[in-house]
Amino acid sequence: MSEVKKIATREAYGKALVELGKEHRDLVVLDADLAASTKTALFRKEFPDRHVDCGIAEANMMDIAAGIATTGKVPFASTFAMFAAGRAYEQVRNGIGYPHLNVKIGATHAGISVGEDGATHQAIEDIALMRVIPGMTVICPSDDVEARAAVHAAYEMQGPVYLRFGRLPVPVINDRPDYKFEIGKGVVLKEGNDLTVISTGLCVPESLDAAYQLEKEGVSVKVINIHTIKPLDEELIIAAAKETGKVVTVEEHSVIGGLGSAVCDTLSANAPTKVLKVGVQDRFGESGPAPELLDKYELNAKGIYRQIKNWI
Amino acid sequence: MNTRELQKTANEVRKGIITAVHGGKAGHPGGSLSAADILTCLYFGELQNIDPKNPKKPDRDRFVLSKGHASPGLYSVLAERGYLPKEDLPTFRHTGSYLQGHPDVNHIPGVDMTTGSLGQGVSAAVGMALSGKIFHDHYRVYTLLGDGELQEGEVWEAAMFAGSKKLDNLVAIIDNNGLQIDGNVADICSPYPIDKKFEAFNFHVIRLEDGNDIDQIRAAFDEAKTVKGRPVAIVAKTLKGKGVSFMEGEVSWHGKAPNDEQYEVAMKDLERIGEKLCQK
Repeated sequence: MSEVKKIATREAYGKALVELGKEHRDLVVLDADLAASTKTALFRKEFPDRHVDCGIAEANMMDIAAGIATTGKVPFASTFAMFAAGRAYEQVRNGIGYPHLNVKIGATHAGISVGEDGATHQAIEDIALMRVIPGMTVICPSDDVEARAAVHAAYEMQGPVYLRFGRLPVPVINDRPDYKFEIGKGVVLKEGNDLTVISTGLCVPESLDAAYQLEKEGVSVKVINIHTIKPLDEELIIAAAKETGKVVTVEEHSVIGGLGSAVCDTLSANAPTKVLKVGVQDRFGESGPAPELLDKYELNAKGIYRQIKNWI
Repeated sequence: MNTRELQKTANEVRKGIITAVHGGKAGHPGGSLSAADILTCLYFGELQNIDPKNPKKPDRDRFVLSKGHASPGLYSVLAERGYLPKEDLPTFRHTGSYLQGHPDVNHIPGVDMTTGSLGQGVSAAVGMALSGKIFHDHYRVYTLLGDGELQEGEVWEAAMFAGSKKLDNLVAIIDNNGLQIDGNVADICSPYPIDKKFEAFNFHVIRLEDGNDIDQIRAAFDEAKTVKGRPVAIVAKTLKGKGVSFMEGEVSWHGKAPNDEQYEVAMKDLERIGEKLCQK
């Protein structure tokens, strides 16, 4: 995939905020001393009056966002996923989720692909923490195109949204004229009969590559991109499971509580199916260049291919 | 309203507190009673552009009860002001009642923010004040904190931010009744000196010798409105359980409901205070 254009989804976040800021006067962007990394600095440059750096105080920032939302404005609160979903968990739960306030959380640097910063900064449980909050929409876009669309869709909807972005530049796979983003609607990227791979975030292009590799060996793999983990596209997932039997979930997240668990919840109730959960196997991450870590944790095409091959 | 009328209203608010906590068979009377005079002054004079018929009026002054467990105090003053029927107070904390254990912005008319988890309401109030500054809206924001609540780190994150951003449309009132669930705040984890801490965070600090004195409270609010370029902290010394003889200064009444007999005694105490206010 070396020929493919690569852009980090956090870049799309920053750019989309600028686009939205031009159109909508009610949008406010908050950051916690990470504006250069979360890319909200792009917004700050255009709209300094509507960008507020809260300093290194994420708990305070989340409740400030909640307070702003009560005045009818639309805050996007931005920091690393670890601090948005982890440190400020209870603020998000009680201050934003419980009152169902119109706060958008832009969480960048999710997953082990944070890389060199290591385990303290690699959120691999944020999807689990956010999806357990009633009424919280959880979106994990797979590329630049999808991330931009997701930010726009998050603004357009009423209610709290958790947007999960990555640090690592990832291939652009959705830049086709007919691309359409709808919250809660999964996207079939490839048809197949023998098994279904359900993937999210930066694992989507890797899963697709793995599927094509398996195809060469005679295994017909259906690939679904689930960009919205909550509300989950249950209809699509149940239909695929009934169609192909076996299901594999792939995510840059703990296998506990994330996409894999969400899919299993749905399938166990509606279409009991054997599921292989590919992800971070109940362990912490570590330091290293992101591509090397994705290789070590078997979350790149090669690793996903190997795990599926072993399982079937 | 003049001082006497406000005192009478505060006494009615206290009756509502006892009624709610007794009806709910649970709740926090002590810290609601200590704050009753402050709440009364807020809802009967201080808060501008508030309208019980239009509780979400965009230009209204806001109030966030950061010490959300004083919900009986808030609900009672809201009932007194006409936001909700007084008859509903005894349903406090009942299954299915909209009068939740802690304030709920979506279901209780007049509640400006969901609170209860300590330290969080003050940040939300700061967010409202910040929004007012960004969008040039002229409402003011008031928030009431407990002195025990000052032990939460988020309070100081909020204070540092508010002071740093010069939010002079924000007034933080500290209900300094000196007691928290486990005992004296000074013994458990002392927040003192409260005034110097807020001053260090660039607040204009007003010290109230008696935070249960209507005239002192009103004077403090008047002073707060003259302050430019800094948020205001009003450190109000109050008496926990104020107005009910057996609850005054008693930490055991932090979070406990009176039984039927105690309810009668408490209401008689308050009736007597009410009668005295009429005689004077």
